Amino acid sequence: MADVQFRFRDDEPVGDPGVTVDAFGEQSNAAAVRLEPGDEARDLLPHIERIGLIEINFPTFGDGRGYTAARVLREAGYTGELRAVGEVLVDQVGFMRRCGFDAFAPEVPLDPADAQAAFDRFPEVYQPTPDGRAPIWAKRHDSTKHG
Amino acid sequence: MGDLMYQYDQYDQAMVDARVEEFRDQVARRIAGHLTEDQFKPLRLMNGLYLQLHAYMLRVAVPYGTLSGAQMHALGDIADTYDRGYGHFTTRQNIQYNWIKLDEAPDILADLAKVEMHAIQTSGNCIRNTSSDQYAGAAADEVTDPRPYAELIRQWSTFHPEFSFLPRKFKIAVIASETDRAAMRLHDIGIRILRNDAGELGAAFYVGGGMGRTPMIGPLINPFVPLDQFITYAEACLRVYNRHGRRDNKYKARIKILVHELGKEEYTRQVEAEFSHLLSQNIEPPLAELERIKAQFADPRFEAGIADEVDRSDPDFALWTDNNCVLHKAPGYIAATISLKPIGGIPGDASADQMRLMARLATQYSFDELRITHAQNIVLPHIRKDQLYALWQQLDEAGLGTANLDLVGDIIACPGLDYCSLANARSIPVAQKIGQRLAAKEQEIGELKLKISGCINACGHHHAGHIGILGVDRKGTENYQLLLGGCEGADTSLGQITGPGFDEDGIVNAVEKATEVYLGARDPGERFLDTYRRIGMAPFKEALYG
Repeated sequence: MADVQFRFRDDEPVGDPGVTVDAFGEQSNAAAVRLEPGDEARDLLPHIERIGLIEINFPTFGDGRGYTAARVLREAGYTGELRAVGEVLVDQVGFMRRCGFDAFAPEVPLDPADAQAAFDRFPEVYQPTPDGRAPIWAKRHDSTKHG
Repeated sequence: MGDLMYQYDQYDQAMVDARVEEFRDQVARRIAGHLTEDQFKPLRLMNGLYLQLHAYMLRVAVPYGTLSGAQMHALGDIADTYDRGYGHFTTRQNIQYNWIKLDEAPDILADLAKVEMHAIQTSGNCIRNTSSDQYAGAAADEVTDPRPYAELIRQWSTFHPEFSFLPRKFKIAVIASETDRAAMRLHDIGIRILRNDAGELGAAFYVGGGMGRTPMIGPLINPFVPLDQFITYAEACLRVYNRHGRRDNKYKARIKILVHELGKEEYTRQVEAEFSHLLSQNIEPPLAELERIKAQFADPRFEAGIADEVDRSDPDFALWTDNNCVLHKAPGYIAATISLKPIGGIPGDASADQMRLMARLATQYSFDELRITHAQNIVLPHIRKDQLYALWQQLDEAGLGTANLDLVGDIIACPGLDYCSLANARSIPVAQKIGQRLAAKEQEIGELKLKISGCINACGHHHAGHIGILGVDRKGTENYQLLLGGCEGADTSLGQITGPGFDEDGIVNAVEKATEVYLGARDPGERFLDTYRRIGMAPFKEALYG
């Protein structure tokens, strides 16, 4: 299991390894779960109050289902840790952060300087997402900034 | 920039500038060996940089096919500075440069950014450049200019964090006329802006069309999405696809396969469920943003009371006017198509000098605007009829006066095996030979849309050609299948294969025979397509194989 290389939270990490979605259904006390690309994130929604960590696996960087899973969870109000694991590459972490991931455990550790540059790359964003950044259209039409 | 099209503000410019710096950094890491080619490939693809048979190819986005004079001028300069003095306009209203050096690619992107252009998402499994009607803002039959909606989509889809690693590429087209000039129903999402009975504007969504090896005509999944829910609806369409689209086989990964396998009703049900959830997420830009964009596509200041007649005394000019110009919504104006299909030429290619000339003519005669068409031609959308002759004389002198719009010489062709690493057969020489063979008869034949693809991926739209040609590899030699009866537009249909394929000379002969069958059988006023639909495949088969 790869180490968490970047974490954007102050709370104490959940120590338990994430169990599979199937096992999670049978273990009413599990606090960590691991989603594979084919798993349905919405199956977890009845339980999000008691989950502290959801790992979303990217077996290959090109399988983008994990981005949708992350947004679905955040949109439903999940506030625990959302950790990207697997083939997490430097040029994907910016997108992941926007979809609500707040921890990254890449299989192959990233160059810290490259990763920082990637997190900070775009000064503006066009879409509102669970990261809470104001989209460009909101800035354009924020009446408090004109006048 | 022209003052009648979308102009970047500081936010748009900051995004494009950041992208240039990101790509400069990625190229530097690749050249230094910190990135393997496998790791670099998806990054360069998202900037439109392909490794082709002989060199890198850069595909530059022309959003909804609209360019200002300054932008076209810059495209010509790039062809001279970084390529071999020419560029190739594509069926997705973009331009490709074929002979690019990797270390110069970031400089090209920087040059593009100076004229508010980019190569963002012109490749890769993401939302590609949005295409539109080439006569947008000029067409007599549009309910509104479709480009503001396409620009809204451009912004929403740019660096979309959820949809940058889709199962496969994703193409959207937006039109606002009943007549479809953008092959809208052959896109992953086709959107038609229309008015409902109450007179309100809304968007009809067609989802799951496409060409490629499994051509499909997109079904209507929602006849009227209100404009203040339009981006949210698109987001729902994409989310269902990203979650459930097939990823086990790249040839079954397009959304058309998902819609087909789920069925239109089930796909629509899932989209509607996601849509009602997303409405609670407040992701829709306010209507004020659409209005801001619309204001930038305001009509040019058309002169009132000018002559509404064209002087037809020069017969060559009269022919060009009849073939290449279409009705304009403003009296005294006309929209003119510059054919990039000279007899024996390479379809869609333009030299740097021709690009700069077209830029200058657009500034002088067409309110500084040009359009790229999906048929690989250029439109000057707003020409005064009393200045049309002066314009044509300059075009004709530069080899840009070919009077063959929608005639058999106006061939759509992909780059084929002359450039493309996916191709099975050459497209360009076949197009050149057919153009030469039928040049003398093309006016007599009339409208005949001929489209050639050099492989099954169908970049040359062969399924939608009145006559389509598909190049295949047969035991190591190039072989060409003939299709008849395809059509884009309101009456979209897919071509049917005639039978066994032909070699290069054989396909030229076969096309000529098909035109002879048509000329022998046509009723007055019938186009090739009409005759084919009336008499069917049998007489053509008889002539070809009998």
